[in-house]
Amino acid sequence: MTALPLATEKKLGLVIDLDTCVGCQACVTSCKEWNNGGYSAPLSDEQPYGADPHGAWLNRVHSYEAGEGAKGRTVHFPRSCLHCETPACVTVCPTGASYKRGEDGIVLVNPDTCIGCKLCSWACPYGAREYDYTDGIMKKCTLCVDRIYNETLSPEDRQPACVKACPTGARHFGDLGDKESAVSKLVAMRGGYDLLPEMGYKPTNKYLPPRPRKADALVGGTTPAETIPATDGSPAERLFAWVDRVLSA
Amino acid sequence: MNPAYSVILFTTASGAGYGLLVWLAFSVVLGGTLPTGNLAATALVLALALVTTGLLASTLHLGRPERAWRALTQWQTSWLSREGVLALATYVPAGLWLLVQWLWPAAWWILPALLALLAAAGAVATVWATGMIYQSLPTIRAWSEPLVAPVYLLLSLATGAVLLALLQAGFATSWHVMAILAAVLLIAAGLAKWLYWRRIDAAPRSWTVESATGLGSIGRVRPLEPPHTQPNFVMREMGYAVARKHASTLRMMALGAGFIAPALLLLLAASLPPVPATFAALAATLGAAVGVLAERWLFFAEAQHVVTLYYGAERA
Ligand code: SF4
Ligand code: SF4
Repeated sequence: MTALPLATEKKLGLVIDLDTCVGCQACVTSCKEWNNGGYSAPLSDEQPYGADPHGAWLNRVHSYEAGEGAKGRTVHFPRSCLHCETPACVTVCPTGASYKRGEDGIVLVNPDTCIGCKLCSWACPYGAREYDYTDGIMKKCTLCVDRIYNETLSPEDRQPACVKACPTGARHFGDLGDKESAVSKLVAMRGGYDLLPEMGYKPTNKYLPPRPRKADALVGGTTPAETIPATDGSPAERLFAWVDRVLSA
Repeated sequence: MNPAYSVILFTTASGAGYGLLVWLAFSVVLGGTLPTGNLAATALVLALALVTTGLLASTLHLGRPERAWRALTQWQTSWLSREGVLALATYVPAGLWLLVQWLWPAAWWILPALLALLAAAGAVATVWATGMIYQSLPTIRAWSEPLVAPVYLLLSLATGAVLLALLQAGFATSWHVMAILAAVLLIAAGLAKWLYWRRIDAAPRSWTVESATGLGSIGRVRPLEPPHTQPNFVMREMGYAVARKHASTLRMMALGAGFIAPALLLLLAASLPPVPATFAALAATLGAAVGVLAERWLFFAEAQHVVTLYYGAERA
């Protein structure tokens, strides 16, 4: 059904820390690896060794520069389905293949009923849905629905593949509908925010902003990177100075 | 947005077919008599052929056409589903009308008139639903304009009227009213389109990459490294952009060759004897076809999707 649930019991989602993400793409590859064999498998690639390789991936990591000069910084920016509360990607679907689960808020595509009309991808502001050209249907992040409830996995592994893979702990998974959950507290503490709030989709996933820089860490601050130590005039030092001159001549 | 040829063909062909259905119905109802059997049957067959070609073309755009019937189930929320349901429903009165026209041409006028009215209502509703598929998407500023669905309807009515005028002239049955009506509709559609273009050009592009990433508090945001080396589906489907200069030339061409010239030709046709009038109407039809195809291509190519913010656009 493409009607949205009025409310969901849980709001499962991700909290992504833009302060600690290093852009290593580990979450991207582990997502691809898991989902190539999981729910809605495969995730096909077109011409993987050809001139124009591309394929369906459910998680993408961009790198941006923000700010100028000393204030400027590089921010690595993972982007996947935000499991929005009021997403038009669900309501526009003509077949009911795109749906939002009442029990946990996960937005899924039923691979057996999707006709590949691509309208849902047009309706997503976040570019989260990728069409699988070989399979002829739409693919998207499932929040690893086949891991998080999977009793054949040990309890600590019942988390999305991307969260498990992140070497810096920049990805957190939990119930954002529960104010007492670890993820909700993290969002409150770090000022987590929504992407494109003006679109009105009410994303569940939250992003934690890069922490402000300490003033003395700024380039041109009080700790110059290369201070030249004063010489003591010893023979060894004069020898090195001579070698340095000869080599750089 | 990527201008997919199947969707352009679908919306223009079926639009003209539905418009033809509407004017044929009006001529039955207002005329108080059936238009001569041959003309009505030909026009009906042409209308249904155009609609059917369009619908078939639209299924080419699907990844799994064999499952297309499922698209009829979600009419409660989805305009695409509503379009499918309405399109199929319109076949019922239109098909019966054709049957009556064919097998029983001397039928009591009320019966075909009733069927014709039902078919016309279905045609208008279907075209409206097509327009609403686009107009209801909040992610594409140029499409969430309130003029989108009205322009779809106007263009459908205008191209349908052009076709009926052509057929009437071809069959040498009074075509003058239809030719003048078609000219007026073409001018009205061109005017609405021009207004639409003015509105989308003036619309504030208030969505920014800073809001898309939430990094505006640090400063201006620009892409450093893309997430993939080759364009992915999102970029192929939604990253299509036509150069401004190119677009404005095409707009002028579409307006001139597709709306103004055919309107003048139709006015000319209204004052000519049947044979030259048919040629004038034929030229007008070709012009209008080019115009409406160019208009539909631009409708996609000029529409910027908000997701482009993640891929280097500063505003949308
Ligand atoms: S991020 Fe996109 S695909 Fe995911 S729920 Fe929101 S609108 Fe739908
Ligand atoms: S591509 Fe599939 S999931 Fe998306 S709107 Fe079409 S049928 Fe629904």
